[in-house]
Amino acid sequence: MARIVGIDLGTTNSLVAYMADGHPLVIPGRNERTMVPSVVAMTDNGLIVGDAAKEHLTRSPERTVYSVKRFMGKSLEDVQGELAYFPYHLTEQGGVIRIKLGEKTYSPPQISAMILKELKQRAEAHLGESITKAVITVPAYFNDSQRQATKDAGMIAGLEVLRIINEPTAASLAYGLQQKTQGTIAVYDLGGGTFDISILKLKNGIFEVLATNGDTHLGGDDLDRQLADLFVKEIRERYDLDLNAYPDHMQAVRLEAEQTKVRLSDAMKTTATLDLPDGKGRYERDLTRDQLESLTMNLVERTLGPCRLALKDAGLTPNDIDEVVLVGGSTRMPLVRQRVQELFGKTPHCELNPDEVVALGAAVQADILSGGTTDMLLLDVTPLSLGIETMGGVMSSVIRRNTTIPAGAKEMFTTYVDGQTGVDIHILQGERELAKDNRSLARFRLKMPPLPAGVPRIEVTFLIDANGILNVLAKDMRTGQSQSIEVKPSYGLSDSEVERMIEDSFKFAADDVSARKLIEARLEAGALITTTEKSLLEGNHLIASDNIAATHTALAALTAAKDGTDPRAIRARMADLEQAAKPLTVALLNDSLIKGLQGKKVSEVT
Amino acid sequence: MDHQHTHSASPRELQMARSMCWHCQSEMSGEYFCERCVKVQPVSKELDYFTCMGFPRRLTIDPRQLETKFYELSRAFHPDFFQNKSAEEQTISLSNSALLNTAYRTLRDPIERAEYLLDLEAGSVKQIRNSPPADLFEEILELQDTLNEYRAVEQTSEAESTLRTKLQSERNMLEQRQRNMEAALQQLFVQWDALQDRGEATSQARAERDRILKEMREHLSNRTYVKNIVSDLVSTIG
Ligand SMILES: Nc1ncnc2c1ncn2[C@@H]1O[C@H](COP(=O)(O)OP(=O)(O)OP(=O)(O)O)[C@@H](O)[C@H]1O
Ligand SMILES: [Mg+2]
Repeated sequence: MARIVGIDLGTTNSLVAYMADGHPLVIPGRNERTMVPSVVAMTDNGLIVGDAAKEHLTRSPERTVYSVKRFMGKSLEDVQGELAYFPYHLTEQGGVIRIKLGEKTYSPPQISAMILKELKQRAEAHLGESITKAVITVPAYFNDSQRQATKDAGMIAGLEVLRIINEPTAASLAYGLQQKTQGTIAVYDLGGGTFDISILKLKNGIFEVLATNGDTHLGGDDLDRQLADLFVKEIRERYDLDLNAYPDHMQAVRLEAEQTKVRLSDAMKTTATLDLPDGKGRYERDLTRDQLESLTMNLVERTLGPCRLALKDAGLTPNDIDEVVLVGGSTRMPLVRQRVQELFGKTPHCELNPDEVVALGAAVQADILSGGTTDMLLLDVTPLSLGIETMGGVMSSVIRRNTTIPAGAKEMFTTYVDGQTGVDIHILQGERELAKDNRSLARFRLKMPPLPAGVPRIEVTFLIDANGILNVLAKDMRTGQSQSIEVKPSYGLSDSEVERMIEDSFKFAADDVSARKLIEARLEAGALITTTEKSLLEGNHLIASDNIAATHTALAALTAAKDGTDPRAIRARMADLEQAAKPLTVALLNDSLIKGLQGKKVSEVT
Repeated sequence: MDHQHTHSASPRELQMARSMCWHCQSEMSGEYFCERCVKVQPVSKELDYFTCMGFPRRLTIDPRQLETKFYELSRAFHPDFFQNKSAEEQTISLSNSALLNTAYRTLRDPIERAEYLLDLEAGSVKQIRNSPPADLFEEILELQDTLNEYRAVEQTSEAESTLRTKLQSERNMLEQRQRNMEAALQQLFVQWDALQDRGEATSQARAERDRILKEMREHLSNRTYVKNIVSDLVSTIG
């Protein structure tokens, strides 16, 4: 079976890992770093991803996308509150956010696909084989739309997503493999954009999730905003300067806020500095860890509620937890560690690198799927209750939260008017009483045979698969015929749209290749121009004047072609120039040979 | 919209599932896998959860044994182990796992287990699930009034604290009631299991069976009622 890689598609950083001889390994890039910043920039020479793109955050903020994971499976309305924080332009189409980059708009799965492609290429370069299959992690508290969006991203990137697994459970796999732990563990995962808590029972290689909870909109990004807001406010007061008018400086503020926060995890105090626009000089701000903690206290506190709920759903108290495992970069914050320790009453573990442990676990799951690892099995749960809207706009629960997946439930539907030919079904996810307070997942119309009211019997099976993604099947109980149903996702791309994006992505790939060819041709042309100009200076006395004129003509033609966009034209003019400059090159070569020979004995030459 | 729960599948499916291998059509001898072609077999949807997990229809189940069986069957059926297999086998793996998970969840909890057994033995338990215990009727009406009064009074007033004390003692009383019902249920579970173990087919045994089921049904529905009231109370007084 072809190799399956494990991918942690993070809000801030993404990684790819694989299993080598029973050990998961993260694949480093050329710069030896294992993390690829989850940043995509649209430049004049095409799209770039990762470290290189990160440099564009302050250079071309409106064309550099970061934290796109926060938009996966979301509508514009869902993110109204934080639109102001993003320098790039967001719109919506068909319930799906679109990000405007230059002339084109991209859905979040398309942007994520660019990050996935980067990881795919990294793995291919490292392993020397083509990679087409992957396990991708998502926050445990991701709903159906967000999971589906992640799967779409994989497809657009040319990856068959064999499994979507939850980040904290992935971490537990890596951790369990390493430590051979048994007992009840709590995995607390606070990353850049999301928070998850999962409670698991580890026994004889079975990793059974008992309960999970979280907040898909709470992470390091939010802590950074507290600091960034403070800086912007102070700069406004001190310099009478509104940085909101300077998107590039707003990005610098965001990055400095993050760095300041990171420094305060080690140091007790630090100084934040920012260069201001309009010759207003420099903003400097001393900050202590205490100050950071009081600014971010509320956010850290917000993670504790889900922890308590997860414990309650698992039917456990903090005392029942044998070990607490910390995952995600934000758990390096001393305040986070302290609060977690207080809640569970024990020192949390962080032996494994919190940045890498999720990707490592994804590689372990990939190995389970390919049949390599056979003694471990993950039994995960669905984080949110699934239900349907019933009369009066009430949600009737079909599969409860924290049910082990795969999970199925059947519901029987009939008509209440004679001759009725269909019933509309609205699928919801969430814990609230009223349909409108829950997340709308999808709608579909169940076809009914035109019979007296109450006679048709259509059985609908709701099946949540091992990815936590819903499948719906319908069957007419009177005829035994199954009915194909077209489920229309409320906040997702339609199948045909995904198809089109896959096609587009091949086109992008072609664009990318030609962009690279152009860049390479230009570079080489530039080098040729420089050496030829140098040769002309050194050797114009050595050759005939018509040769010199021809070289000058070819040089001008190449210089013109280099400014064009056709790599083949550049190559052709390069060949012309090399041809025209040949007498010059030969003459210079001879000249240097002669000069080199002078002063040497003839015997040394032959 | 009109919908109702169902546990049944068509009888044809049952026979198909149990008598011959779907793949090689040989007579089925293995339990979960065909012994001839080693293909995973669909667990019949007609099987009750007890049979599905290999336990007799008893109300006392050792949770550790149940868990061991659950893990064992998970290792047999989970989709993780069918990634390289045919589409048919993957579908079977998925529906078997889903069924197993439902069976385990139902049997793991003693109350859900009893409700399920009652459903199997005496038909749907759902309609009568939420009846107020006859001897508590008056008290519960009064409690509802007190709750309404409490919701109307001003916070931190003297009336509030009086009502609160009253509700608190109501709560203690109801929780005690709930525990008593659970103890009574526990007794009935033991009686049920003993009766089944004796395996008599006399009319006396039948009458005993009907009595146990009837009392169980009553206690279960009363308990659900009281439990709902208690959680309503808890969410009101905090
Ligand atoms: N030493 C540190 N102190 C505080 N925060 C840190 C530290 N190191 C990293 N972080 C924060 O951790 C976050 C990134 O963590 P991580 O890479 O685990 O997130 P992610 O996996 O990309 O996001 P998510 O899991 O939410 O999708 C950033 O917000 C970063 O500022
Ligand atoms: Mg993460």
